[in-house]
Amino acid sequence: MAELTVGTRRFDTATTRRSPFFEFLHRLFREKPLGAFGAVVCVVFLFTGIFAELIAPYGYNEMNPIDRLKAPSITYWLGTDQIGRDVFSRIVHGARTSLIIGFSAAFISILISTFIGVTTGFFRGKFDMIVQRMVDAWMSFPDLVVVIVAVSVFGPGMWQVILVLSLLYGIAGSRIVRSAVLTVKENDYVRAAESIGVSVPRILFRHILPNIMAPLIVLFTTRLAAVILVEAALSFLGLGVPPPAPSWGGMLSFEGRSYMFQAPWLAIMPGLAITIVVYNINMFGDAMRDLLDPRMRGFGGKKKTGQF
Amino acid sequence: MTSLLEVRNLKTYFHSDGSVVKAVDGVSFDVRAGETVAVVGESGSGKTVTALSVLRLIPDPPGEIISGEIRFAGRDLLSLSEAEVRKIRGNRIAMIFQEPMTSLNPSLTVGRQVGEPIEIHQRASRKNAWDKCIALLHKVRIPDPEQRANAYPYQFSGGMRQRAMIAMSLACEPELIIADEPTTALDVTVQAQVLHLLKELTRETGAALVIITHDLGVVARYADRVNVMYAGRIVETGQTSEIFNNPKHPYTVGLMNSLPRLDGDVRFALQPIEGHPPDLANLPSGCAFQPRCQYAVDRCLAKPPELSEVNPEHLAACWVDLNVTA
Repeated sequence: MAELTVGTRRFDTATTRRSPFFEFLHRLFREKPLGAFGAVVCVVFLFTGIFAELIAPYGYNEMNPIDRLKAPSITYWLGTDQIGRDVFSRIVHGARTSLIIGFSAAFISILISTFIGVTTGFFRGKFDMIVQRMVDAWMSFPDLVVVIVAVSVFGPGMWQVILVLSLLYGIAGSRIVRSAVLTVKENDYVRAAESIGVSVPRILFRHILPNIMAPLIVLFTTRLAAVILVEAALSFLGLGVPPPAPSWGGMLSFEGRSYMFQAPWLAIMPGLAITIVVYNINMFGDAMRDLLDPRMRGFGGKKKTGQF
Repeated sequence: MTSLLEVRNLKTYFHSDGSVVKAVDGVSFDVRAGETVAVVGESGSGKTVTALSVLRLIPDPPGEIISGEIRFAGRDLLSLSEAEVRKIRGNRIAMIFQEPMTSLNPSLTVGRQVGEPIEIHQRASRKNAWDKCIALLHKVRIPDPEQRANAYPYQFSGGMRQRAMIAMSLACEPELIIADEPTTALDVTVQAQVLHLLKELTRETGAALVIITHDLGVVARYADRVNVMYAGRIVETGQTSEIFNNPKHPYTVGLMNSLPRLDGDVRFALQPIEGHPPDLANLPSGCAFQPRCQYAVDRCLAKPPELSEVNPEHLAACWVDLNVTA
């Protein structure tokens, strides 16, 4: 196969046979090592959440009262809390909580954003004006106040948290989707599609949606990180998942805060878990944004940042 | 011979910040079955808006077709519902756009896009559409079409994309193809290939072709008849040879004089048309070309001229008889 070299980038002149997904992974590892590391951590986090029972040596609520407040050791890798529960096992199960809430809320919020953003951005006119003013109104409420009100009405629990966060982020994110749609809509290929008689739903699904996938994916990763953080904050305030269900925010609050000086690992370990996961999701998301942004294509994302 | 497309007194206006831009202001022309008609004029003379109006693709708001009639095969397109027009678009009237680089969807393979009109209008299965699409790509001389149909638009050159667009426009064997400056964005050598291909294929299928261009060379070579547009109006229309040999409107004469000639004196300086095209929201009084016209007389300021017969196949909108004045 003939290859052309232009600058530092090679172009295959023949049809590329590698799948786009593999191509993406290849570029991720070659051009964005930090992002690739973030991706690996995300995958580890994913598997930890899914296979929590297999990984955790103890149940999340399994008490060994004799081994109360033990420091990290071979038996209890990350120590135990005030009623002798294994901190490592609780963090592993907490990963599942964060995973379920994070992915569900991020996913539903993206659906909401996409629905509002695509319809308002594509149809414009009065409909756009009215809906966007409602979005403005919604966004003028402080997030935390909305959450507190919602939880006090519906009671604490996983699904309540997911619903409230989905709505909160979904409505705010519709702006980003809408602006992406406005750009894509102006492309000649949308008009060309209209000129061959493509119906409106088909234009939306075949010609608009695939071309806003890049911002949608990036939005998803940022939402994922944000939701995990907010869930931790809510659980810390006692508005999230009620105990004894394990949640990183809850662990920080109930056990961590009360025994901070006798058993610092009770606060440090879940805190570290939150930090590592959120940091790496962000790294991964940043790398994805650079790789998926067509303006950055061909520069390997290096020109802008100088390093990773 | 009856006309395939009859446009009568078409007016398409755009509303912007309280002022009205008369992009197309009373245009009438015919396209007969199987013939090639050129629409020439400067940028902003309303060529593209005319074409988009025919397919009812004017973005509304801010654009609006104020009045007129667009009769295609006996039916007035302006009175049809959106669903009925959609059945005509891409099926009986197809359009080719100016920018091949942006007129293909980057996230779909070329094959899926070229086959899309077939999927939509002939209710063909994906497999059927794909087979037909490969035949079409073969027809527009894309090498190795079975492989190339799987490629994405970014893997195509400009000329190949425009050929893919031609394949797409031919997919349902339309009776009319409107090509909006199909070669403006291409290299000169590729331009000739693409136009030649377009002309050949339309002759083969018997489709009528409307070429929108500002290139008089293209007009002379490919068009049977010409419509010269200026400031949203047709100022001269007629057989190509008649217009080139016997131009009656000062603007047409100006366009010809601003072209280099191979058979003339090499030292002969080009004569550009002085001034700029008028602001379409604020047209000069009388004839729109009058401020730039060297033959203008008082009458030109008073009243805009209507198209009048030079001979039965040649109309021009000018008060001055160039043969007498010049």
